[in-house]
Amino acid sequence: MAALAESFGRGAMTNHYIDFRNSDVILNMGSNVAENHPVSFKWIQAAKDKGSVFIHVDPRYTRTSTKADIFVRLRSGTDIAFLGGMIKYILDNNLYDEFYVKNYTNASFIVNPKYNFDDGLFSGYDPNKRSYDQSTWALEKDENGIPKRDVTLQNERCALQLLKKHYSRYTLEKVTAITGTPQEDLEKVYKVYGSTGKPDKAGTELYAMGWTQHTVGVQNIRAMSIIQTLLGNMGIAGGGINALRGESNVQGSTDQGLLFHIIPGYLPTPREQWQTLEDYNKTTPSSKDPRSVNWWKNRPKYVASLLKSFYGDKATKENNFGYAWLPKLDKVQDASWLNLFDEMYNGAFTGFFAWGMNPACSGANAGKVRQALAKLDWMVNVNVFDNETGSFWKGPGMDPKKIKTEVFQLPCAAFLEKEGSISNSGRWMQWRWKASNPPGDAMPDGEIMYDLFNKVKALYKKEKGVFPDPIMNMKWDYKTNGKFDIHTVAKEINGYFLEDIPEHPFDKKAYKKGTLVPSFVFLLDDGRTSCGNWIYSASYTEAGNMAARRKKTDPTGLGLYPEWSWAWPVNRRIIYNRASVDLDGNPRNPKMALLKWDAENKKWVGDIPDGTAPPMGTQGVYPFIMKPDGVASIFGPGLKDGPFPEHYEPLECPIEKNIMSNQRINPVIKIFKGGPDTFATCDPRYPFVCTTYRVTEHWQTGVLTRWLPWLLEAEPQMFCEMSKELAEVIGIKNGDKVMVETSRGKLGAVAIVTSRFKPFVIAGQTIHQIGLPYHFGWLHPKDGGDSANLLTPTVGDPNTMIPESKAFMANVKKA
Amino acid sequence: MAGKSFFIDTTRCTACRGCQIACKQWNMNPATKTKQSGSHQNPEDLSFSTFKLVRFSELEVNGKPVWYFFTDQCRHCLEPPCMYTAQSLGVKVITRDEATGAVLYDPKVKVKAADAKTIRESCPWNIPRWDQKTTGMAKCTMCIDRVRGGLLPACVKTCPTGAMNFGDRDKILEMAQKRLNELKAKFPKAQLLNAESVRTIFLVIDDPKNYWEHAAENDVGITPIAVIKKLIRPLANFSHFVG
Repeated sequence: MAALAESFGRGAMTNHYIDFRNSDVILNMGSNVAENHPVSFKWIQAAKDKGSVFIHVDPRYTRTSTKADIFVRLRSGTDIAFLGGMIKYILDNNLYDEFYVKNYTNASFIVNPKYNFDDGLFSGYDPNKRSYDQSTWALEKDENGIPKRDVTLQNERCALQLLKKHYSRYTLEKVTAITGTPQEDLEKVYKVYGSTGKPDKAGTELYAMGWTQHTVGVQNIRAMSIIQTLLGNMGIAGGGINALRGESNVQGSTDQGLLFHIIPGYLPTPREQWQTLEDYNKTTPSSKDPRSVNWWKNRPKYVASLLKSFYGDKATKENNFGYAWLPKLDKVQDASWLNLFDEMYNGAFTGFFAWGMNPACSGANAGKVRQALAKLDWMVNVNVFDNETGSFWKGPGMDPKKIKTEVFQLPCAAFLEKEGSISNSGRWMQWRWKASNPPGDAMPDGEIMYDLFNKVKALYKKEKGVFPDPIMNMKWDYKTNGKFDIHTVAKEINGYFLEDIPEHPFDKKAYKKGTLVPSFVFLLDDGRTSCGNWIYSASYTEAGNMAARRKKTDPTGLGLYPEWSWAWPVNRRIIYNRASVDLDGNPRNPKMALLKWDAENKKWVGDIPDGTAPPMGTQGVYPFIMKPDGVASIFGPGLKDGPFPEHYEPLECPIEKNIMSNQRINPVIKIFKGGPDTFATCDPRYPFVCTTYRVTEHWQTGVLTRWLPWLLEAEPQMFCEMSKELAEVIGIKNGDKVMVETSRGKLGAVAIVTSRFKPFVIAGQTIHQIGLPYHFGWLHPKDGGDSANLLTPTVGDPNTMIPESKAFMANVKKA
Repeated sequence: MAGKSFFIDTTRCTACRGCQIACKQWNMNPATKTKQSGSHQNPEDLSFSTFKLVRFSELEVNGKPVWYFFTDQCRHCLEPPCMYTAQSLGVKVITRDEATGAVLYDPKVKVKAADAKTIRESCPWNIPRWDQKTTGMAKCTMCIDRVRGGLLPACVKTCPTGAMNFGDRDKILEMAQKRLNELKAKFPKAQLLNAESVRTIFLVIDDPKNYWEHAAENDVGITPIAVIKKLIRPLANFSHFVG
C-alpha cells in the first residue's frame, strides 16, 4: 500500500474484482489467486473466455498455475530482478505508451543533480544510521516552485532517462542468474505483458502477500507500478495494480486507521514534533502548480472534522478541537508489529488486547511472540474460538506455573451474528445483515468496545488518572433506545453538519444542523462539521445507507455496478480514471469507455471522475489528484529505500554475493539482534530456500477453519512441499514425516514430494526451495502440527515493517 | 424423459473444493478423520459420508507438471447398472426419480455386504459406497430435495468458476457441446465423457485415465458384472422407450 500511495496517491486496490474481466493480459505475480481468492477467479475465467492471456509467475506450480496460459517460475525473493528486466525490455523495445508517459507521469521531471546510484547504494546513504538522506533525490523546481520538465524526455536527468540508466543493468543474463527463470520464459512474459502498452489494450496485475512479505516488499510493488505507468495501464478498465486482500475487511481496517502511522482516512498520526494543530496542519502537502489539484490540501478540514467527531462539543476552536488530547508518536517512532512485539519481549508492556488476531501463530518468529506474551501482566483475547494466543501459557515448552500473565477470554460474534459493513478489496463498503444471534455470552465487537470504553470512563471518573482529558472528553453516544446501534457509528463515520449553514462555501446552498453531510467536499475546518473518516463521507447520507444498496444496474457495461453497495471515494469504482482519457476527455480506448467528457453539457459521463475539473487539454488538471504534482511517479523519492526499486537478496539467502551489486541486503532494513532473533545466510546448516503460504481450505492461522471439521478433513495436517529432486538428495519419500528447521525453531510436517516444485539454477549452482502453509497451531487438532511462523525471521520491509515470511533459509530432514 | 443433467467443465475447475464441502454441508454428512499422506486429495476416496470428492492427479509431461482436478460424483446414468443389479438381487435400495432422472439410494435400507459389493462393482464409475456400521448404501443424491424446490444442487450453487453446471438435459448437452467445440482447436484430445449415457457429463482435455482411473466408463471385460450389464441392457433400452 505504501508503494501504491507513493506511485499514485492512494494505498488501495485501484480497480475491483469484476474488472478483471476487462483485461487483455492478467499477470498474477506475488499471489496465488485461484487458491487464496477463489471466488475472484470467476472474473479471470471470464477474461479467459474472451481470449485474454493469464500469466502466473510463482516459485511453485499451484492450483492457479493449472489455469495459466503462461506459467513461469522464479526463486522466492527475486521479483525486483524479474520486473527490472521487464522495465528494461519495455524501454528497449519502445513498448511504452508515450502519450501517457509524457502527460500523466513524472517521466519528464528533472531530478536533483546530486542524485546518484552506485553499486547498490543511492546517494545520501549513512551506513551508521542505515538510512538515506532523501533530499538528494528531490525533484527540481523552477522559480515559481513548479517542477522542471523536459517534455522531449531527452534530458539526462529527467526521470525517464534515469530509469533507463538504472535498469540498463537488468540484462536477461543477469535476471536469469538471479531468479533462476530461463531466459526464454522471461522473454515470453515480457513480450506478452509488454503488448498492453497500446491504448486499446489493458493489462492488470494481481498481488498479495507474495510481494509484500519481503524486505523489499514495497519496492516489489513499486517496480510493478513503474511498469503499469509506462504501459498506461493505470486508471483504465481492465488495468491497475490490484492488491488482493486476504481478509474480507482488511481494506476497511486500514481505511479506519488500524495501522500505527495513520488515523482514520489516511491522515498521519500526530507526532511529538507537532504539538499543536497548527504544527500538524503545516505538514499538509502543497503544490504551486495551478494545474495540480493536490487534493490533500484539504487535510485540515478532514482533521478538524475528525476531532469534532471524537470530542463533540468539547472540541472548540479555542482548544484546537482537542488536538492536544490525541496521543502522539515519538519523533521517528515506528510502532509496527515487529517493534511492538520486540518491546513486549523486552518487558515494555503490562497489558495487551489480542482482538480478532492470533499472534502466537501469525507473528513472524512466533516463538519470540509466545515468549513475549509471557512478559505481560494481563492479556485480553477477543475471538470466536480459543486460539494459540489465548492459551499460549499451556502451549509447547511453556510451564504454566511460571507464567504470570492473566488471560481474559472474550467470545465475540461471528460475521453472520452481527450487523455492519465490511470494505472489500475493491474498496466497496458492503452492508451485511445479522442472520442469527451469537451463542452464549458472545457479543459483537462494537458492543464489546462500547461497554469497555464506558467502564474505562467510569473508572477515570472515580479514580481520576494522569491524563483524563482524552477519556473524559470523548463523545461516546452510539446508542439508540438504550442499545448499541451500529447505524449511529456508520453515520458518525459519514459526518454531520453540526450547525445550520445558511450558505455553504462549496455550493452556496443551506444545510441544517444535525443532518448528514452529502460528501467530504462539504467538510469544513472551522468546527461546523464532523466526520469520522473523510474517505467514507457520502456512504451514509440523508438519502440513506449507500452501503446497503443492491441494484444491479450497469450503465457503462464495464461491470462497475454503481448502485451496488458503495465504493470509497464518493462511489468511484476505478480510481485515477481521468488517466483513461486523452487531453480532450475522449476515452483513449473507446471500446472500454470508462469516462468521457460531455463538452456540450460540461460534465463527465461514466464512472465518477477522479476530480470534476474539465479535461487537461482545456483548462483542466492533472489526473493523479492525490499526488502533489498531479502525476504518477516513475521516480518515487518518498520511500526509505530509494526512488527506484533495486534488487537485494532476502536477509537470509542462499548466495554469498548479490549479482547486481555489493549490497547483499536492502541497506536500510532494521536488524533485530540478540535473544530469539538469529539469522543464517549461506549457512550449510540451512541450505534450502523456504517460503510460507495459504491453501484454499484454511484461513490465516486457521483459528476459524481448523474448528470446521469439513475443512480440516480436506487439509488435516501441516505439510512441507518439496521437489522430487530434493527428496531424492535427502532421502525423503512422499508422505514421510519430516522436521523443518531454521535458526529460530523446528517444525514437524508431512512431506509432499511433487513435480510442482523444481530446483533453481542460481548463478550456476542448484538451489532447492521448499514451502509450508501457515494455517496450523498446536491447540487444535492435536495431530495438526504447529505454526510455520515458528521458523520465520523478525525482519521487515523498511517502509512498512511487513515481515519477510516469503523467503528465508531452512533445513529439512526425515523426522 | 429428458430430466436434468450436470455438466462439469474440468478446464474451469480450480479445485477450491467448494463443491466437496457444500455437498457435505447440505447433506449433513460428517467429516471423516483424515491424515496428510502426501497429496492434497482428502478424504482419500468417496465414502458413505462423502458423495462428492475432488480428485487431484499430478503428472509430469516433458519435465513439466500437469495437475488435473476431477470432481467425482455419481453419473446418474440414464440406464443405471447399479439399479438393475440391485433389482436382480432383490435389494430395494435404488430408485429413479421420474422428473429429473436422479438415481436415488435410500441409505436407511439395510444391504448385505456381498450385495453391496456386487452393486458397487456394477457401477462403471465405482461410485456407490456401503457403510459397515449402518449397512446402508449412499452416494450423490443430485440434491433432489433442493432440485424439487427449484434450487440448484449445492455443489453447483457454490462453484465460483462455472465448472459445475446443472439444468435441463437438452440445455446442458448443448452447453457441453458448445464448450467442447471451443476447446477442440487448442486441446485436440478434448472430449465429453459418456455424454449419451449419463447425466453427469465431464469435459476433459486429455486421456480420462490421466484424471482418474474411473473418469470414463471402464470396459470391464467379461466379468460377472459385465454379464449382468449385458443382460440388463436390452431391458434398459426397452424401459427407455416406455418411460
